[in-house]
Amino acid sequence: MASEHFFSEAISPWMQEGPGPEGDIALSTRVRLARNIEQYPFPVFASEEASATLLRYASSTLLNQSEEVGSLEALNMNELRPNERQVLVEKHLVSPYLIKNMEHSAVLLNNDESISIMVNEEDHLRLQCLSNGMQLEECYNEADRLDDWAEANLTYAFDERLGYLTSCPTNVGTGMRASVMVHLPALVWTNQLSRILPAIHQLGLVVRGIYGEGSEALGNLFQISNQMTLGKSEKDIIEDLRGVVMQVIQRERHARESLLGSSRVKLEDRVFRSYGILAYSRMMTTKEAANRLSDVRLGIDLDLIKGISGNILNELMLLTQPGFLEQYAGESLTQEEADIRRANVIRERIKLEL
Amino acid sequence: MICQNCGQRPASLHYTKIVNGAKTELHLCEECAKEQGESSETEHSFMSAAGGYTIQDLLSDLLNMDQSNTAGNAEKKQPKKAARPLTCDNCGLTYKQFTKTGRLGCAHCYHAFESKLTPVFRRVHSGNTNHTGKVPKHRHEKLHAQRELDEKKRQINILVQNEEFEKAAELRDEIRTLEKQFQGREEDS
Repeated sequence: MASEHFFSEAISPWMQEGPGPEGDIALSTRVRLARNIEQYPFPVFASEEASATLLRYASSTLLNQSEEVGSLEALNMNELRPNERQVLVEKHLVSPYLIKNMEHSAVLLNNDESISIMVNEEDHLRLQCLSNGMQLEECYNEADRLDDWAEANLTYAFDERLGYLTSCPTNVGTGMRASVMVHLPALVWTNQLSRILPAIHQLGLVVRGIYGEGSEALGNLFQISNQMTLGKSEKDIIEDLRGVVMQVIQRERHARESLLGSSRVKLEDRVFRSYGILAYSRMMTTKEAANRLSDVRLGIDLDLIKGISGNILNELMLLTQPGFLEQYAGESLTQEEADIRRANVIRERIKLEL
Repeated sequence: MICQNCGQRPASLHYTKIVNGAKTELHLCEECAKEQGESSETEHSFMSAAGGYTIQDLLSDLLNMDQSNTAGNAEKKQPKKAARPLTCDNCGLTYKQFTKTGRLGCAHCYHAFESKLTPVFRRVHSGNTNHTGKVPKHRHEKLHAQRELDEKKRQINILVQNEEFEKAAELRDEIRTLEKQFQGREEDS
């Protein structure tokens, strides 16, 4: 099957291009636009029949015109194996919600997985563009182009006063959510993040842990995104978000430098301990893996550990998720079996780099 | 600590949710957390594993809070007068259903529930009630053209500030042409 690579490759091609701009801290950027098609009821309350009709209509219309945005492939959620669906979620190509309603939902993906269009998510269409590093403007321009293309073929539910009409009123207006994933170990260790967060929230932006909430985020990975979608133009939202993310990045860099200056040995000890544990342990929980990988990634960024690519963090974070472990095992795993597999995967991956 | 959900496996995820000062703690094992995560819907898959309190939950709470506040007053004024519940006449969704899920049923719901939604927009979108961003070309040509014009005017100001007068002059000519077209269309309609 041509679509096999969507499930077998842990790292999307767009991620393999090496670190993007500000790649020592910003791992990836994503812009998504929520759109609905005029006349059709929104998916959440739509009947089975209406959902099925919309799915057929939207995916065939878009697929027929897809040369303009590079070839797209459609995957119907109910035709995939449970593992394959889980892998798509872990790669952020589809949301858990899309899978919950898998009877009438699909995703259209381009070859390098930088474009994902979910059909019958909470809204009829969720157009999403992904890129590595910090590339908010580029990512928005790409999403804007995708949106122009979709709009040329479908009529959107749009109100001249309220903008794009979405199933949830928290998305109405631009329907846009832009986010940057950042790795902030030094701000977490020095307890600075908890002081920065309120200021960011006041600007209408949200910071979330990728695993968990607030300062308890695993792997020190955070997503900074806009909350407000009504009242500001897309360009202003992107510009404001960019400004704040850049400030956070500067602060993280500064915190890393002062850690190196004031407690270099402590820092080295932590980084190398984690490195040793990853290289030799035989069982590892998701939580421990996330935190150890964060330490090692910091070590790589600070040039304490040499000869390992920084991609190891993003890559192993994905590879050690339960869906991927099961996909590779070819069977479902108990927690203990998964912990053993996880430790194996990490050891092998680290050996490859040595 | 043992997982609160299954009571069997050790809890590996611990989180605290604070809503209006009321603190709830949850301790789950990875498997139960995953199950819960799959049933709660969020932007990023990983976050859902922690059962994050999403903006949609917050919205739903806000809406329900609104109702419980006003419901008390309304009952006193109009005892047992069964008014027809506020309903969207296109898709049949009641306002009450909306407050439970935080999701609307169709585009028309925005008009049907307008009076109730406007204050919600203010709260969720920092006081804003009007869209100022992108407009589709198709079916909204006039507004689309207007936005394009506004954007060019914004750019011309930046060019003038940066003393890039040649580029500014070019843009000014473009704006004039656009404005003429725009007026022509106004007169036609």
